Amino acid sequence: MKIMICPLNGPRPVSEFVYGGEVRHSPDPDACSDVEWSDYVFNRSGTPGIKYEWWCHIASGFWFIALRDTTSDAVIATYPAETVRQPGWPRGRTPRCIVSIRGRTNGSIARP
Amino acid sequence: MPYRLLRFGFSREHPEPRMFTRHASLKSGYEVVIIGGGGHGLAAAYYLARDHGMKSIAVIEKGYLGGGNTARNTTIIRSNYLTPEGVQFYDESVRLWQDLAEDFDLNLFYSTRGHYTLAHTDSAMRTMRWRAEVNKHYGVGSEAVDAAFVKRRIPMIDMTCNGHAPIVGALFHAPGAIARHDAIAWGYGRGADRRGVEIHQETEVTGIRVAGGRVVGVDTTRGPIATTRVLCAVAGYTPRVLGMVDLHTPIYVHPLQAMVSEPLKPWLDPIIVSGSLHVYVSQSARGELVMGASLDPYELHSTRSTLDFAESLSAHMLDMFPFLSEVKVNRQWAGLADMTPDFAPIMGTTPVEGFFLDAGWGTWGFKATPVCGKTMSHTVATGRNHPLIEGFAFDRFARYQLTGEKGAASVGH
Repeated sequence: MKIMICPLNGPRPVSEFVYGGEVRHSPDPDACSDVEWSDYVFNRSGTPGIKYEWWCHIASGFWFIALRDTTSDAVIATYPAETVRQPGWPRGRTPRCIVSIRGRTNGSIARP
Repeated sequence: MPYRLLRFGFSREHPEPRMFTRHASLKSGYEVVIIGGGGHGLAAAYYLARDHGMKSIAVIEKGYLGGGNTARNTTIIRSNYLTPEGVQFYDESVRLWQDLAEDFDLNLFYSTRGHYTLAHTDSAMRTMRWRAEVNKHYGVGSEAVDAAFVKRRIPMIDMTCNGHAPIVGALFHAPGAIARHDAIAWGYGRGADRRGVEIHQETEVTGIRVAGGRVVGVDTTRGPIATTRVLCAVAGYTPRVLGMVDLHTPIYVHPLQAMVSEPLKPWLDPIIVSGSLHVYVSQSARGELVMGASLDPYELHSTRSTLDFAESLSAHMLDMFPFLSEVKVNRQWAGLADMTPDFAPIMGTTPVEGFFLDAGWGTWGFKATPVCGKTMSHTVATGRNHPLIEGFAFDRFARYQLTGEKGAASVGH
């Protein structure tokens, strides 16, 4: 991966981005047990695969979500962060609605 | 080519002893199956056979022996850690290292050089003093030294680091050493082989069979094996193996790259580490500068090399040693580092009975090879964690009792 397509800024060199980890859902801290909470705080899915991840374009401070293959390092799609609030995401299928922001590029497919 | 050599090459008989015996097939069962034929796995096999009298051990290696992180590290051996657990553990390892060449009857090129962790700020100096005090308390030779001391011992260094990161002092760790990394795998491998351990290369584990919370066998690309004890020592492949027994850990995998320069006349005796500049460097017996830096910045299960890495590491090398500007980089490579949130390994028993883990070795595994073999063989043989690895237990995260070693990582990963 050399170029990543930012949903806000379009194609930019990957050195302008920082990785923010996999998109995960936190359990309710008041309702879950200590062990469940430690599982959320510490444990990660370390196996390779196609994962939804948080990325930030540093220059613009824009956080978004990328669907990336962690074996080949290919970015399959990028989405604005709002997508994460849609029900059933990211466990469901790829969200249908990829919003275009300010007329710039939407989350089209980036091939390294 | 001499006729004898040609005849030898074409003959079916090769009477010269090889390093290892090649076994045509797997047995139907073993007392212990070790997944991973790197330094850690082979060391555990060696000590299980030598010290615990186990006769039936198989080491299963997907690729070739010592071809993973054992061959991909920068060979630095040190014990100047931060936590009492870490210092005692790595100190035992340094002690073991010093006798290994004799144990193996193999030259490990073990070379005590002295290890400098440079401090460029007052806060870094404070960590150095902290580490020095913890180390001294456990009898490990570390001391905080000032800038003049550093300049005396490393006269070639630019003390201002190109003007932007002036060196204010260092943590000097006299026992710091380097060794020949392949030899450690071969030494343990040969020693284990001679004691009856079967080493099966090019054999991939495809599944681990668990029944009633106990390990009962291992499936491989060359057929199933029945066993009640499995030791997993596979570094960056740990999450995949853990998936076979449905265990969850904090381990995440980032590539760690390194590179070597062309060979130079000896000019750098000690090992130099700078956390702020993200560099560690030593000069090998062949004269190459062996250089490493921080982890790649995001998860990836690939050992590709990047130009970004070579550029930034070279720039930081030139900050310290500007006269190297004409020196060429010879090779660059990467390994898969299995990182943990507290920068300490995950070792010992697991909730699956008979499944033992030697993992989470991230960027700090090579130096620990001998002591991991010792402690894991004890753990596998007795079923109980060795006292030296209790701080690295699998369940420490669920107990919120981390063993914070991040401050002793060579560079800020």
